[in-house]
Amino acid sequence: MLNLHLYMAQRLTALIMVPLTIGHLAVMIYAVQDGLSVAEILARTQGSLAWFLFYGSFVVAVSIHAAIGMRVILFEWLGIKGAVLSAISWGLCLLLLGLGARAVWAVTFAGAGI
Amino acid sequence: MIRPHRSHALWYAFILHRVAGIALALFLPVHFYMLALALTDPAQLDGFLAFTDLFIVKCAEFGLVFLLAVHMFGGLRLMALEFLPWSPRQKTFAASAVALAFFISTSFFLQAM
Repeated sequence: MLNLHLYMAQRLTALIMVPLTIGHLAVMIYAVQDGLSVAEILARTQGSLAWFLFYGSFVVAVSIHAAIGMRVILFEWLGIKGAVLSAISWGLCLLLLGLGARAVWAVTFAGAGI
Repeated sequence: MIRPHRSHALWYAFILHRVAGIALALFLPVHFYMLALALTDPAQLDGFLAFTDLFIVKCAEFGLVFLLAVHMFGGLRLMALEFLPWSPRQKTFAASAVALAFFISTSFFLQAM
């Protein structure tokens, strides 16, 4: 159900996400003060290569990490295996990747005139 | 009835990590979808952000932030167990396990000869 590559990918993405998660937690605590608005979010992120790379790498890592994690749980708790398990794992990975990439693009470079 | 292994602290650490992971995986698509509204429908996103001012929604957000933080620390605990060097005591236990197994299997082997 997990080969060495999937196991290492799970650990590697976890390690990548440790600093990203700490950063995201800090940004949330900072940004939530006085409430959130679209203008306030975009003022921080729009046109910023740094935020694009930060959240872009976060989305790639979390898509892989969540898909492998759910793969283990679906196998252990629901007994799903084989091609169906792989199809669900890939589906979840691509869904998160697609939606996440769209979200990061929306708050960074889309509409930034680039 | 609670099964015996489920009253162990390490089982709580395992189940908390797993449940937090599932909750975060389910939340993420919604999170990404709502953020993308900044591009496709900013007015709707602003309406939703105003909705998050409600106390009950703030409590739900508190839960989500807790789940994210606890999943990260749980993951750090797991990787520390897997990747950090063992303490001298842990090494002694591991070496003892191999030595005792060797002793028992050798006793069997000598008798079987």
